[in-house]
Amino acid sequence: MTTIAPEEPALEAVFDATVAADERIEPRDWMPDAYRSTLVRQIAQHAHSEIIGMQPEANWITRAPSLRRKAILMAKVQDEAGHGLYLYSAAETLGTSRDELLDKLHTGRQKYSSIFNYPTLTWADVGAIGWLVDGAAITNQVPLCRCSYGPYARAMVRICKEESFHQRQGYELLMALSRGTEAQHAMAQDAVNRWWWPSLMMFGPPDDESAHSAQSMAWKIKRHSNDELRQRFVDICVPQAEALGLTLPDPDLTWNEERGHFDFGPIDWAEFWDVLKGNGPCNEQRISRRRRAHEDGAWVREAAAAHAAKHGKADR
Amino acid sequence: MTTPRPADTPAVPAAARPTEWPLWEVFVRSRRGLSHTHAGSLHAPDAAMALRNARDLYTRRSEGVSIWVVPSTQVTASSPDEKDAFFEPAGDKPYRHPTFYEIPDGVQHL
Ligand SMILES: [Fe+2]
Ligand SMILES: [Fe+2]
Repeated sequence: MTTIAPEEPALEAVFDATVAADERIEPRDWMPDAYRSTLVRQIAQHAHSEIIGMQPEANWITRAPSLRRKAILMAKVQDEAGHGLYLYSAAETLGTSRDELLDKLHTGRQKYSSIFNYPTLTWADVGAIGWLVDGAAITNQVPLCRCSYGPYARAMVRICKEESFHQRQGYELLMALSRGTEAQHAMAQDAVNRWWWPSLMMFGPPDDESAHSAQSMAWKIKRHSNDELRQRFVDICVPQAEALGLTLPDPDLTWNEERGHFDFGPIDWAEFWDVLKGNGPCNEQRISRRRRAHEDGAWVREAAAAHAAKHGKADR
Repeated sequence: MTTPRPADTPAVPAAARPTEWPLWEVFVRSRRGLSHTHAGSLHAPDAAMALRNARDLYTRRSEGVSIWVVPSTQVTASSPDEKDAFFEPAGDKPYRHPTFYEIPDGVQHL
């Protein structure tokens, strides 16, 4: 997509200076090919995660315990669809198309966050997802609001504004269960036990094994390392769990006075890589359901296009 | 000088994606008294659907009282490469700003 012009070194100098000055790169600016492809990969993966992420929670919409909870959950899942659309639009400004992105998701050539390959076994999982999964996402996403690529940064600003309700509704839901009957409390604890470690994995592999991190930091696509953000998340969660009256499933979790942070136990990275490779509990189900939804919607897209063509409203 | 392609539109020719709905730019007036500002873009088969989609996508929390949708291909944008030359006429005219003028202390309402 990038035009290779004779004056490329000069263009690259302008690009570097813009990034160094903490200004934003905009769609029609010259940018290095690798910057463009890194952004497409990251934004696409992010968009796919929002869309696939609708499935585990949608699983509980029909079984929400009250009308209030059902309305909240529907609004949250609808927000996630919106997040996916903001992000697909941002990716499209880099010269890719919506169809191409969806095709790559459906054929497994682009990934989505591994966290959504875990099942939602009980109603408490909806709470644990809101608190921990959306919480981890927010920790990751807040720095992305200052990402060097303008359209991505702007999408993240919108998304972060909306995420805060997601996290709070989850926390409130868990609070209600934790303060409920013994069985409800146990259900909340079980959900937290299952979602805690996968949530920590959401920050990606440790810094010394993270393939793209250094370059992304230099380009100011990324502002903090995976381990830094993971530590920030752990430090935030410990007192929140305490207030919930729930424990986090890590016997090594202790305050380290010297570091000023909580120490935590080793993460099972073998599990992370295994789920990423496609061997998680729900990989197959998530992607086949996504493909089916797309195919089932084909006639709607075609009918709308035919209607537009007939009435000439699309103007092209 | 100008190119008939909007600032944020991909360079993929429409023929390369024949089934895809066209792209629209969305402008939202957040409340009376303010102008419409660019909120983002979306795909829709026609203008009516673009408006409905824009409402669902960009005003789920009452962020707007009015929406414009414009086919992305209808936006004409200045080229970023010509940034300096194109905007240069304004660069050397500080006398267009009130701060350019020296007025003695004590002179009021000026
Ligand atoms: Fe989201
Ligand atoms: Fe969310």
